[in-house]
Amino acid sequence: MTGMVNRIAPIAVVVAAIMIIWYGFTVHLNAPWQIERYEKAGTEWQMSDLVRDTMAQGRPILPAPHQIVTEIWNTTVKKKITSKRSLIYHGSITLSSTLLGFAMGTILGIGLAVSIVENRAMDKSLMPWIITSQTIPILAIAPMIIVVLNAVGLSGLVPKALISTYLSFFPVVVGMVKGLRSPDPMLMDLMRTYKASRLQTFWKLRLPASVPFLFASMKVAIAISLVGAIVGELPTGAVAGLGARLLAGSYYGQTIQIWSALISAACMAALLVGVVGLISHFALRRMGLRT
Amino acid sequence: MTGFQRAIATLGGLAAAAALIIAILDPGGADMMLATGGLVLAAVGMRHHFGLNSGLNFGLMPQARIDLLASLGGMALLLSILDGDMPAASWALLVACWLFGWLAVEKAMAARHLSKALASVVSLAVPVFFGAWIIFVWEMMTIGLQIPTVLLPPPSMIAVRFAASTSILWADFQQTVIKAALSGYILGCGSAFIAAILIDRVPFLQRGLLPVGNFVSALPIIGIAPIMVMWFGFDWQSKAAVVVVMTFFPMLVNTLAGLQATQTMERDLLRTYASSYFQLLVKLRLPTAAPFIFNALKINSTLALIGAIVAEFFGTPIVGLGFRISTEVGRMNLDMAWAEIVVAALAGSLSYGLLSLLERQVTFWHPSNRRKSS
Amino acid sequence: MSQDTNSTPAIQADKLCLTFDANDGPVHALKDVDLTIEKGDFVSFIGPSGCGKTTLLRVIADLEHPTGGTISVNGMTPEEARLGGAYGYVFQAPALLAWRTIERNIGLPLEIMGISRAEQAERVQRTLELVGLDGFGRKFPWQLSGGMQQRASIARALAFDADLLLMDEPFGALDEIVRDHLNEQLLQLWKKTGKTICFVTHSIPEAVYLSTRIVVMSPRPGRVTDIIESDLPDERPLDIRESKRFLEIAQRVRNGLREGHSYD
Repeated sequence: MTGMVNRIAPIAVVVAAIMIIWYGFTVHLNAPWQIERYEKAGTEWQMSDLVRDTMAQGRPILPAPHQIVTEIWNTTVKKKITSKRSLIYHGSITLSSTLLGFAMGTILGIGLAVSIVENRAMDKSLMPWIITSQTIPILAIAPMIIVVLNAVGLSGLVPKALISTYLSFFPVVVGMVKGLRSPDPMLMDLMRTYKASRLQTFWKLRLPASVPFLFASMKVAIAISLVGAIVGELPTGAVAGLGARLLAGSYYGQTIQIWSALISAACMAALLVGVVGLISHFALRRMGLRT
Repeated sequence: MTGFQRAIATLGGLAAAAALIIAILDPGGADMMLATGGLVLAAVGMRHHFGLNSGLNFGLMPQARIDLLASLGGMALLLSILDGDMPAASWALLVACWLFGWLAVEKAMAARHLSKALASVVSLAVPVFFGAWIIFVWEMMTIGLQIPTVLLPPPSMIAVRFAASTSILWADFQQTVIKAALSGYILGCGSAFIAAILIDRVPFLQRGLLPVGNFVSALPIIGIAPIMVMWFGFDWQSKAAVVVVMTFFPMLVNTLAGLQATQTMERDLLRTYASSYFQLLVKLRLPTAAPFIFNALKINSTLALIGAIVAEFFGTPIVGLGFRISTEVGRMNLDMAWAEIVVAALAGSLSYGLLSLLERQVTFWHPSNRRKSS
Repeated sequence: MSQDTNSTPAIQADKLCLTFDANDGPVHALKDVDLTIEKGDFVSFIGPSGCGKTTLLRVIADLEHPTGGTISVNGMTPEEARLGGAYGYVFQAPALLAWRTIERNIGLPLEIMGISRAEQAERVQRTLELVGLDGFGRKFPWQLSGGMQQRASIARALAFDADLLLMDEPFGALDEIVRDHLNEQLLQLWKKTGKTICFVTHSIPEAVYLSTRIVVMSPRPGRVTDIIESDLPDERPLDIRESKRFLEIAQRVRNGLREGHSYD
């Protein structure tokens, strides 16, 4: 019990401090515009007026946290899901391409890792390029990929998912290669004394040993997959998705909209990582590997 | 030869034989060169069936060398006849070339008792060969199958465009990589490093900030780009600001983890010497943290480029990698967009490579970098 | 060193207690330990795991703080002694810093204590010769065998002329042949330097072979059950371990350990 308190108390304090700093900045950053308005209208103002009004602007430089929460509330619970202004509608579009890309990336990553571990030629030819592939800022060419794929008739979910795939396969390959190579040499020798075939060694030793590594890299992969999906939505002409909301918001200076899309994306990232973490927790416990 | 190698060799031989037969039977263009190529490669592939392994049996890895020569010869042949109207036989020959290339790599990998120098040459040559193959296939496909250049331009066209527009590329490089990414990177990593050292002295803050930092590291921070453009304007400052935020948390989290990585035994040791906080930090904890810090520096080098380029999609002066990519794509000048991507890729790989080199120099002692010989 | 300080014991503990708070109640790591160690003694601490022998060593070195009783080192508190550079601590593992050469590892305490460069080099060279690692100074720890690494860590403890050498199962991880060799060398070192050595071990023969006094400890609560004076001659070749006197002392230690054992 005290352990829980000891763990949560510092986090709570840090989060509270961030909130206080945020409110402080809200007042500070939005004040000049507000004061200008007071002066134009010739109204007398007190400090308390300023604080209240800076937190209630339509297009603030920095919206207050409660404004963002209200906006999220208004665009989720109070809007019909089918509405073009519903964040749930936009979120679900981003979510579906995230999940599709994540699934494809994970499968691709596992496949590559298996071939790298089982074949030295693949290891030597592929591994350096897999690492190089990640030093190329793929997100930067995401718009181009989307436009080109649109031109060949591929539009909607798949092009965005492909970008997520490209981003998410990497941590899975690296993690899985490490995991498949993690069995103790002693255990590998033991399998040899049993005259186990390569396939048997793979199924009974390498694969089970790699599971914790797989889950750890899947947590990274799903978070990065979401980033890919959001950036993939930037150039689609701002139609749908959280990325489109960001872009539309920046066109029209709707800061509250930008922040609410951003916070929703953050919540979605936390949720997705949390779900993968939970699955990993139960899976590893079933395997007796709970750490 | 292992069974697997034999299978690849036979398949390669069969593909080459198919090329030979198609080239002869093809009523339109009976191409002598393709037929000859098919014949030679078929012979190379099938040689193990006829016990013909003695031909060039001298020097290093003689058998791998024959397959490599066959593969390269086939590639050269294909390149020499490459145009928009490739006969069907050439595709069969392409498959054969690919299989022989694979076979050569398989054999080179299986070779034992290589000298150290030769082994390192092989381990460098193999990925280079693989990369060259990707570009070769790309060139073959785009030209041979007449893929419209607005979809995917061939590498040769991109190279020509690259050479012709170096001044624009240089200006874009300066704007995006030097001004935006590099300044943001230095500021972000530097401030995070200092913050980590300060936070490390307050365990309470550390326990609070580490989970929060880990959480923030997983967030799509790139989304703050439009906000930063509103706050700091269109020029590189706003991009640098995005990069600062993106690089801050990975560096913070990794440095904190690295500072915690010291063994209790080593700390106790320095304690018995009555060492001061500063001595402990410099002589023990920072060196132990170095691998973690380099890890963050490497992750951040990629993040910085991504941040700087993507932020340009939200507004920019008319220079910069991200700006150029999006406008040239809009104008259907895909070759120029690809030339910019090459710049970005080079910048990314070079900075990563330099950091890896530096890491090896600094953390030579780490088990992953050790070389026992001395 | 003046005559006066020579007469104070190296270590004097009175009713020393140390209690840890664990989840299922307090753990008495040390209870009412009374102990006097004279200067120049070679004292071994022996007992089953959990008897507090390592904890006692850590209390002496000011790495743990006692919850009761008093302890003094050369007439000072452990903290004063630590700040004065009185301790050369050798751990179970070599604990050498991987990024420093053997020379610079041995020089580490000298750097921290602010000793001049020239003297550092001179002392490092001297201690390297002392432990028989002459010529290996430029190597990195991971390029040496386990035995050589442990010798380097002993050299590091000797380099700054600490009054007290505290050794916590320093040879526990080494094989028996290397161990015998290092035991012999350690005895010679002790004779040459005349330092006070506190040596923690599991091994009865090792304790008897090395020590002038053997402190037998037992667990739950950690306490001293017997202190055995050894009257073996100063000159101790390895085959002294087959002599009658050696076996008698070993038998006494074994009995002491058996009595302390609670079989629960």
